[in-house]
Amino acid sequence: MAQAHLVPIFIRVTARPSPFAPDAAPIALPEPFLQWFAGHGWAPRPHQLDLLAKAEAGASVLLIAPTGAGKTLAGFLPALVDLSRRRRRKPGERPRGVHTLYISPLKALATDIARNLERPVAEIGLSVTMETRTGDTSQVRRQRQKLKPPDILLTTPEQLALLIAAKDAADFFSDLRYVVFDELHSLVTSKRGHLLALGLARLRKLRPELQTIGLSATVSDPAELCRWLVSQNRGGGPGRATDFGDAADLKAEAALITVEGGAKPDIAILESQERVPWQGHTARYALPEIYAAIKAHRTTLLFVNTRSQAELLFQELWRINEDTLPIALHHGSLDVGQRRKVEAAMTRNELRAVVATSTLDLGIDWGDVDLVVHVGAPKGASRLAQRIGRANHRMDEPSKAILVPANRFEVMECRAALDANYLGAQDTPPLRDGALDVLAQHVLGMAVAAPFRADDLYAEITSAAPYADLPRETFDRIVEFVATGGYALKVYERYAKIKLTEDGTWRLTHPRFAQAYRMNAGTIVEAAMLEIRMIRRRTASAIARGGRALGKIEEAFLETLSPGDTFLFAGEVLRFEGIHETSCLVTRATSDEPKVPYYGGSKFPLTTYLAKEVRAMLADPARWSALPSQVRDWLSIQKLKSIIPGPNDLLVETFPNGKLFHMVLYPFEGRLAHQTLGMLLTRRLERARAMPLGFVATDYAISIWGRKDMGEMIADGALSLDALFDEDMLGDDLESWMADSWLLKRTFRQCAVISGLIEKRHPGQEKTGRQVTVSTDLVYDVLRAHEPDHILMQATWADAATGLLDVSRVSDLLARIKHHIVHQDLEQISPLAVPVMLEIGRESVVGEARDADLREAAKEAMIAMAMADGPGA
Amino acid sequence: MNALARRLRQGECEALDMALAGERITCDPAGVLYLPAEDCLVVSDLHLEKGAAFARRGMFLPPYDTAATLALLALALDRYTPARVVCLGDSFHDRKGAALMPASERGSLLALMRGRDWIWIAGNHDPEPPQGIGGETLGEVTVGALSFRHEPSPGARRGEVSGHLHPVARLAGRGSRRACFATDGSRMILPSFGVTTGGLNVLDRAFHGLFNIETALACMIGHSGIYPVRFGALVAG
Repeated sequence: MAQAHLVPIFIRVTARPSPFAPDAAPIALPEPFLQWFAGHGWAPRPHQLDLLAKAEAGASVLLIAPTGAGKTLAGFLPALVDLSRRRRRKPGERPRGVHTLYISPLKALATDIARNLERPVAEIGLSVTMETRTGDTSQVRRQRQKLKPPDILLTTPEQLALLIAAKDAADFFSDLRYVVFDELHSLVTSKRGHLLALGLARLRKLRPELQTIGLSATVSDPAELCRWLVSQNRGGGPGRATDFGDAADLKAEAALITVEGGAKPDIAILESQERVPWQGHTARYALPEIYAAIKAHRTTLLFVNTRSQAELLFQELWRINEDTLPIALHHGSLDVGQRRKVEAAMTRNELRAVVATSTLDLGIDWGDVDLVVHVGAPKGASRLAQRIGRANHRMDEPSKAILVPANRFEVMECRAALDANYLGAQDTPPLRDGALDVLAQHVLGMAVAAPFRADDLYAEITSAAPYADLPRETFDRIVEFVATGGYALKVYERYAKIKLTEDGTWRLTHPRFAQAYRMNAGTIVEAAMLEIRMIRRRTASAIARGGRALGKIEEAFLETLSPGDTFLFAGEVLRFEGIHETSCLVTRATSDEPKVPYYGGSKFPLTTYLAKEVRAMLADPARWSALPSQVRDWLSIQKLKSIIPGPNDLLVETFPNGKLFHMVLYPFEGRLAHQTLGMLLTRRLERARAMPLGFVATDYAISIWGRKDMGEMIADGALSLDALFDEDMLGDDLESWMADSWLLKRTFRQCAVISGLIEKRHPGQEKTGRQVTVSTDLVYDVLRAHEPDHILMQATWADAATGLLDVSRVSDLLARIKHHIVHQDLEQISPLAVPVMLEIGRESVVGEARDADLREAAKEAMIAMAMADGPGA
Repeated sequence: MNALARRLRQGECEALDMALAGERITCDPAGVLYLPAEDCLVVSDLHLEKGAAFARRGMFLPPYDTAATLALLALALDRYTPARVVCLGDSFHDRKGAALMPASERGSLLALMRGRDWIWIAGNHDPEPPQGIGGETLGEVTVGALSFRHEPSPGARRGEVSGHLHPVARLAGRGSRRACFATDGSRMILPSFGVTTGGLNVLDRAFHGLFNIETALACMIGHSGIYPVRFGALVAG
């Protein structure tokens, strides 16, 4: 196997050898390991030896390497070498605790890795026990693992939370030496990562000499991950890193090993003979060309951004699948059994193509994928790089990929992403501060494990990187929240879950709270989902029996359907029959044209980096030559008829359209930020008496329409664009709009469940998402009216600002465009405005619900009532 | 819009007069029923002290629900100044609610009751008389041509007014769920009044057989008034 380009190019060791580790002598692999490598005709790769050397010297290490670089083996090598030197346990000695903990974001990945490790362990002749522990592990097996812990335990973040909250955690982890985090880049970006960081802080407290090994794909800021892996405590205490040196302002970091990517991927943008559409996300125009590509390769992975895009592409491919090639579908809402079948068929190389969403982004080893097709723009350069990495697991052969832009703006975006991939640019999101709802859950978990002192727990928690800057006051409020809800009105003292006792420790007041904690631990709050069941026809007995489960669907989507409507799911057109308890009943539809196109828009907002690249490309006509002629012509006409904005300009166009007047702007900041901005601008325009009626937002542009000619208002000074886009809109306007937005309520629901305010499941009464015991929307309204500064409201605002509303991006945008607003008043719609104008009417405009529909529906009964003396009198 | 602000505004909207089993009644968008001939106001499913009931089980819902519910009830009482009030059951969320109610909330409630005949109908959440609150507790009561109880009796019952089911309705198309008075002109089920009470769609199985579907109406409480809509124009969910 070629090794030439595997030289680690960037090594920085910031950790000093710790006192308990042997001197950092050149590391020779123990003989059995060398023989094993030699027996297969391999040699250990430099980064594998490098990682081993650093770990043996006592350092925690982050390994950044592309797929196929032997990352997993590298991660386990220190543990296996250490275990190989371990002396046998004497009869009568206490059983040893877990030696190495492996944590993966996916259950399936943990199982997969366990299987892959078995072979080398057996062939090297190590006496090492390995077991997985996931949500699927039986109670019997969990008990046995507690009594007789395996040497290597492979598990998930949720299981770690449960393990450290157990009374026997100190014993169970008393021999722990290594924790290996797989796919760390994907673990750290979510609340799951926050919970995991807190779990790691507890493990460090139990075993201060613990070392961590992080395995990651390429990220934009490796130093963040390096800090995540080690204690951030300066003030001494448990888990304090020994490696601050004299530079007090330096943060502790794990050592970093970076392995350069292998062969450059071979990426092309599909140059269709067909007309590239103005808008839309389906890329239907390119289907024959996509099908031809599938035919020309062994196995093709087709990535899309949303579930509904996957459904649509899958259906369309089968429509033209004249050779009946085995083409499958894989997304997170499908029934697990069905997903496993697809995965197994894939591993056996029985499939020619799989249409997939992000469920296939991570680690699991697939068969011989030789082509990745990305349908729709990838929205981020790093995401594209990772997805392309799914093709061809041998890193010294180039991966092959085709990008299929779904519309004209996406052509530019694909071009920008492609350039970025060649340049090796990374745009993974920066890490967020630890969420407070997660902290509340963890504080209760720690009380479940053992009584705690607030000072000690605070020191422990601030050793975790996401919580390193947590103010003590906030921590104390969270403890109060866990104890009695943390309300200004103190009426729940007598029902406290934890109480400060005379010895200065906080203690659990009743064991039932421990049971409730165990049932609700974790940070994955699913949207209320209903099971889809296929029945033959709509009869009472068929409804009672239910039918074959096809998977799950969001309740919110079903709310938009009426019985008889048809929609696409699991590759079939289904007829909605109704809801029965927690099932959505469907029959097979006779037509193959679904009536309700379900499209939630792009799931991932365009990254800041890619947005900047697209703006730069637009601003520089010299770069247009890289674009297909259709797109080039489109931009040239724009230049003729309106303006091509500079890279830092915000172009604002105004023009009449029918009886209404439009204002279209092109910030290129992604859909979420645009929706927030559109909502805020509409409010401001209303105050400026421009009489706005609605707006629509895409990843690239926003269009606002109203009754007044905004171009004229700007011209005669009645409307100032500088004032309209002033940064102060992020103050009161944002606050008053956000407070009542459904986005905030949805965020609140998540915070309420994660923080333990509301239980997903209560001992003895398993509830589905639909049957929650209390409406969180109503709870939100009461809390907002009476205590808007409550800690959970703060947590909700913080979440929404970075999450669904993307406020930080709006704020960056407003700062960027100050004095860079370019206005062009036009007689009619400009070429650049066509895509966003075509979205109007396809999207609902979020606004205050009106009673018009109700009034209309009530007419009949009102008339009847007026004519008679009442309906039943 | 915040649900509490909306409830306040609804309380100022025009009420809907209709006949129920021959008796003139007024369905008020505040979510209460008024019988002009008897000067009697009926309110169902207050679920007072629901927050505290959850707190007793370790879920610390905001302790402000009782105050908010009572404030809304006070406005409705101001509007009609009834001589008699019937609370149709589940007035307290659990059996301990009345006894452990904080002093300030208890004070507000007693002030509302002062000078009025006050009847507590026993509900499944509060089968016993509320401790230390006063009023009369009954399983069922008849006022004029109408009889009042907590749970609807099965089958058609002319003149019966009940609560318990928290009826809500949703228009076909894109409407959201609205609390409603469900009636077929012969019997009626009142919406729940408590500020943190959820709802059950009138098309749910629990309502089957209670109404004459031909004449059944959901008098839906909108933003600006109360709107009677035929069951046929509604959807589940």
